Amino acid sequence: MTPLSFALAHSLPEIVLAVGALALLMLGALRKLTGDWIISECAIVLLGLAALSMLFQVQSSAVIWDGAFIDDSFGRFMKLLALCGALVSLLLSREFMAREGIDFFEFPVLILLATLGMLMLISAQSLIALYLGLELMSLALYVIAAFHRDNLRASEAGLKYFVLGALSSGMMLYGASLIYGFAGTVSFTGIGEALRGGPSIGIVFGLVFLMAGLAFKMSVVPFHMWTPDVYEGAPTPVTAFFASAAKMAAVAITVRIVITAFPGMKVQWQQIVVFISILSMAVGAFGAIGQTNIKRLMAYSSIGHMGFALVGLSAGTQQGVLGVLVYLAIYLVMTLGTFAAILSMRIGNRYVENIGDLAGLSRNNKLLAFVLAMMMFSLAGIPPLAGFFAKWYVFVAAIQSNLYWLAVIGMLASVVSAFYYLRVVKIMYLDEPARPFDRVNWEVTAVMALGGLFVVLFWVYPGPLVEAASAAAKSLF
Amino acid sequence: MTVAAIFFYLFSIVMIASAFMVIAARNPVHSVLFLILAFVNASALFVLVGAEFLAMILVVVYVGAVAVLFLFVVMMLDVDFAELKQGFLQYLPLGALIGIVVAVELILVVGGWSVAPGAKATNAPAITALSNTEALGLVLYTRHVYFFQAAGFVLLTAMIGAIVLTLRHKPDVKRQDISEQNARTREEAVEVKKVPSRAGV
Repeated sequence: MTPLSFALAHSLPEIVLAVGALALLMLGALRKLTGDWIISECAIVLLGLAALSMLFQVQSSAVIWDGAFIDDSFGRFMKLLALCGALVSLLLSREFMAREGIDFFEFPVLILLATLGMLMLISAQSLIALYLGLELMSLALYVIAAFHRDNLRASEAGLKYFVLGALSSGMMLYGASLIYGFAGTVSFTGIGEALRGGPSIGIVFGLVFLMAGLAFKMSVVPFHMWTPDVYEGAPTPVTAFFASAAKMAAVAITVRIVITAFPGMKVQWQQIVVFISILSMAVGAFGAIGQTNIKRLMAYSSIGHMGFALVGLSAGTQQGVLGVLVYLAIYLVMTLGTFAAILSMRIGNRYVENIGDLAGLSRNNKLLAFVLAMMMFSLAGIPPLAGFFAKWYVFVAAIQSNLYWLAVIGMLASVVSAFYYLRVVKIMYLDEPARPFDRVNWEVTAVMALGGLFVVLFWVYPGPLVEAASAAAKSLF
Repeated sequence: MTVAAIFFYLFSIVMIASAFMVIAARNPVHSVLFLILAFVNASALFVLVGAEFLAMILVVVYVGAVAVLFLFVVMMLDVDFAELKQGFLQYLPLGALIGIVVAVELILVVGGWSVAPGAKATNAPAITALSNTEALGLVLYTRHVYFFQAAGFVLLTAMIGAIVLTLRHKPDVKRQDISEQNARTREEAVEVKKVPSRAGV
């Protein structure tokens, strides 16, 4: 039995978010005011505090809350990414929500609760903790997808996400119950030990169902069908949150569970991961070609990127996990930068989402066009931008594990996907100018500038990120 | 026959009969009422085996919340159940077939089931003076406090979501304001008019 202070110290970010979310909820409900954004600012500060609290934590691994929760450097790395995604999404949301007339105080509170769920998910060390964290995250996400409740498409997005999400939760629970039945424990390390003697057929079934549920949350093929519709229908800052923070948590728990709970079943899960990785890269590359809405394009792009990240996981080595972590960190920055650019697409006080609206942007707004072009080049993986290094790390890991053909397929998919990224750049730089965009506010500009700087200058000093990811990957093995 | 056995058969027979009536009753409201009867008898059976906590939870959750919710739905939605039952005879053979298959599967599973030799009653908890509720409470707030709190947050999120997505503040709707009602005085509320005779108001 660990002392309470020890447990609290190791779950400090979660406690900051939980207590903060409750306090803000009370504040919002008692004040009965909408339209003024003190709650949102408080929520941003809380997310920042949660991230800061991790820097002051004891830098060691600890399993607390009776084996339900693990605090290690892998978890801390992924939590930092998820918190960054949430913080930036909330920052970007302020002006959008106010202009659309949906700036209720519940929005930041729901973002905080979803982020709390993500942190709990990343740190989950047993199947029950995994499920509770996943549901906390998903329930909040369903609600904020439909947050613009008078908008038909947002409501459709929320409903679609909810129905399919409930289905995937059911599949995951079925898998978890099979695993529990055959392994006799819900703890990840316990499952790992129970599988020493070779897996039984029941546990393979359980693994397949569990992976199906997690694949839905990562939005990888064949559980990706909801992604384009939900990304298009949901309010744009919410889409940014889905594409950034939610993916971090889903991939993190997938990596943790296959590495810590199923090392004895590598042959089985490797097949699944390779399969969904190849399909995701292909669907991401070919599906986006015909899109005219930039949010749908980003949805297919995110499917493809999850496929690339899983290439690293298919290797199943420490090098592979390092690749996944570096990939996710760089993907997070690229996604947030791109969504900041999408949020500055506003003509005559109305937000527009068509790629055609970007025509001739380079002559109207040089900075925006440059940043968006860099993001697109980076997403396509063109050297020396950050996106190239992300792909480099995962493909190196795949080649070291003798998965040559997987790396080859990945590179081919990346060439195909370059087509639609470059099409956006071509429309911005070579087409006749369309109507210019309205002025953008400082938050969006700051996010774009920081994202652009990171993407362009990553090659100068990649050391800190790679070292942190390397330490994080090491803690899993 | 002991008293416990008599009560066991009494509760079981009533439960099975009311469960049958749930699907046999023509009126859906009667179905829900029979469902409640079945739940109450099931909880009585739990009391008989000494699981008093489960019995109370069954009454509180299933009778108090789920069945009442069913009743609301049945009463508020105008579903013509007589029409839904139209094709009953038509689908009877298929339904019977599926029922038989499931029954055979159950018999095969239960018939082939045997207790592993080493698995006597090793997992059974030691019988102590603790009641069910106390035993649950001892682990719920200590070993499983993390899960307990997490489940609380999940429920809170669901509640916030339901309110955010459905509650609308309509400005023109008259609402009850109790403090305002209580603060009214006779002078504000009653106006005495002098009505001239034979002229009307």
